[in-house]
Amino acid sequence: MHKSLLIDPAKCTSCLQCEMACSYEHTGAFNPARSRIKIYEFEHGRYAIPFTCTQCAEAWCLHACPVEAITINAETGAKDVHADLCVGCKVCTIACPFGAVNYDKQTKTVVKCDLCGGDPKCAEACPTDAITYVDEDWTGYDRMQYYAERTHLPSFSG
Amino acid sequence: MGWQRKVLRINLTNGEVKEEPLNMEWAFQYIGERGLASKYLMENMDPKTDAMSPENVLIFATGPLTGTMASTSGRYAVITKGPLTNAIACSNSGGKFGAELKYAGYDLLILEGKAPEPVYLHILDDSAEVLPAGELWGKTVWDTEAWLKSTHQNPHLKVASIGVAGERGVRYACIVNDLHRAAGRSGVGAVMGSKNLKAIAVRGTRGVTVDDPDRFMQVVKEVNELLVNDAGRKGLTTHGTNAMMSSMQEFGGLPTRNFQEVQFEGYYKINHRGVRAKKRNGHVNYITNKACFGCTIACGRIAHIDKEHFTIINRKEYWHASGGLEYETAYAFGPVVGVDDVDALTFANYMMNEHGMDPISFGVTLAAAMELYEMGVITGEDTDGVSLNFGNAEALAVMSEKTGKYEGFGQVLGLGSKRMCEKYGHPELFMGVKGQEFAGYDARALQGMGLGYATSNRGACHLKHDTFEVDMDDQSGNGKAKPCKESQDFVAMLDSTGLCLFPASAWGAPQYQQMLDAACEGDWSEDRILECGERTWTLERQFNMAAGLTAADDTLPPRLLNDPAPSGTAKGKVCELGRMIPEYYAERGWSSDGVPTPETLARLGIT
Repeated sequence: MHKSLLIDPAKCTSCLQCEMACSYEHTGAFNPARSRIKIYEFEHGRYAIPFTCTQCAEAWCLHACPVEAITINAETGAKDVHADLCVGCKVCTIACPFGAVNYDKQTKTVVKCDLCGGDPKCAEACPTDAITYVDEDWTGYDRMQYYAERTHLPSFSG
Repeated sequence: MGWQRKVLRINLTNGEVKEEPLNMEWAFQYIGERGLASKYLMENMDPKTDAMSPENVLIFATGPLTGTMASTSGRYAVITKGPLTNAIACSNSGGKFGAELKYAGYDLLILEGKAPEPVYLHILDDSAEVLPAGELWGKTVWDTEAWLKSTHQNPHLKVASIGVAGERGVRYACIVNDLHRAAGRSGVGAVMGSKNLKAIAVRGTRGVTVDDPDRFMQVVKEVNELLVNDAGRKGLTTHGTNAMMSSMQEFGGLPTRNFQEVQFEGYYKINHRGVRAKKRNGHVNYITNKACFGCTIACGRIAHIDKEHFTIINRKEYWHASGGLEYETAYAFGPVVGVDDVDALTFANYMMNEHGMDPISFGVTLAAAMELYEMGVITGEDTDGVSLNFGNAEALAVMSEKTGKYEGFGQVLGLGSKRMCEKYGHPELFMGVKGQEFAGYDARALQGMGLGYATSNRGACHLKHDTFEVDMDDQSGNGKAKPCKESQDFVAMLDSTGLCLFPASAWGAPQYQQMLDAACEGDWSEDRILECGERTWTLERQFNMAAGLTAADDTLPPRLLNDPAPSGTAKGKVCELGRMIPEYYAERGWSSDGVPTPETLARLGIT
């Protein structure tokens, strides 16, 4: 079974260790500017939202690519960009509804999350478990369980 | 590697920007950030120079570990001659600005001269230019960041800037980055303002590499494990630094009403529990904790003020969350001015961040003004009609804003406590050292803290040494000199790496040694890195001696030396500084006049 990144913004402290780990894995340098996961902050840092590719089953980026440089990794389910095929046309960056595919000016290709081949470094680096790597059909159930528990407990008062 | 090996020198007088290679000989002697920038400062200016003159030099410095995977790697320091102390100023900050500066490819920015008109510095990797500030001058720190991001159409810009307080020369104006992180102490923001420099906006995409990446990642993993499991770390994550207030209250070291007392009856309303208390209308001040760049601890607090609170009831612009209270701020707006209204404290904290001021210095200055007011030395005529009684939350709120905007009595408070107390003929009411106000620890209860305050090179400071343990164990002046000296050197070393002070609850010299040795070329032993710390401390002292300071400046106010603590565990005690100082000078290899001897300088290779 494929796994997917599960992101819980409420746990994110905005430390950016995920961005450093991602960039180190993919470029050999600590360089958040080239990370494939990004943290966005709102309201003076009250909210910090980790954002990256969710690996759509029916991926817009993959369908938009005119040179078939984006393929499905059978092992991980990730939509991988083949840098040697990518011509840097950026059509996929327009096609992605979430903005999770980006152009890297240094390689002149697009880059996106590839789940680090099944061992995502962002999840490993996250100190608060705001990013975890779980079975893909499991996302949502932890929250459902949490609210189910709150709903049935006698102490629940809204 | 670790270092970017590049310095950017900016001549503000003519707008010229030049790159130069980092002096690696100095980097091997002083590591980076605090130490290395102190060396550059010493070599680039005459210490006698007036701090507010164009001849003062302002340095922004990162360390070799800044921007790396080492925990708390977001830090940078600002080094200059301080206008509050006329001594070397060394003020570091977290947030994300420091790492971004490093990613742009620079170890140090050296700012010289004075711009003829207000300007800001815009850096995009290799491209750096001095641009006219225009309408930016006069804006708050918060508006400045928003203006720069929108003008340059770059949400990724990281900004360090000054508010009106810095523009107008409030002596303890700070430099604020990322909205509520600051190079807070010693008035570095006033120096920036004196140079007509409003802001530095930076975006860096070049990244940072280390000498031995595999070993570095392994070391980082191991030392991070120590940090994650450390009890001190857990406390900071859960409660923030403000958990300290209860300890100080219990111990009787919580400076209250301008150090007339050492315990504060209202402490429980503003400590780490007070901020989480639910008001009758359901409002809770504390929202969540947030981290600086690369930090595993996340001691930072995010808070909001009750919309019905008198400070903001008709001011929607403050109905948003922002930086919450940490211990020093809670102390400086709480016990030392006698206020226990958590939302008033938070409002004053917003003012500090929005207008760019050091909360410690502001609070302790206000405390002295309150004492002068209660003595009848100043009256409502001086204070714009505001009753400056201890405990008046409204006075705290009004005066924090007036000082930030440099209006009315705020201009007097902007002098700092020392200059204000001298102005009114009561220099003895200044609670600080070398012109800089005390942090939230009373030197009668914590003797080693008193020694640390008196000998800190940037004036009274709690962050440049660590004698808590020995102070708690023994409330006399016995045996404080050695741990004070050793911890000063240790902190000078870790400040020079580019990391935060707080992991030091879990890390000692071996951990810093391993990280530095893996990240930087060359062989870095524990002895060597600690010697770098001692070298830095001694060089700072040399700067101060050359600036005209003497052993007579290593002292404390008469209140701490003569008036016994009225309550608490140290009841009846005064600070035994007179005993500790000679022992300390001897420990350092300095003469009885506090001057580093030629032998000491030679041993450390300081020329």
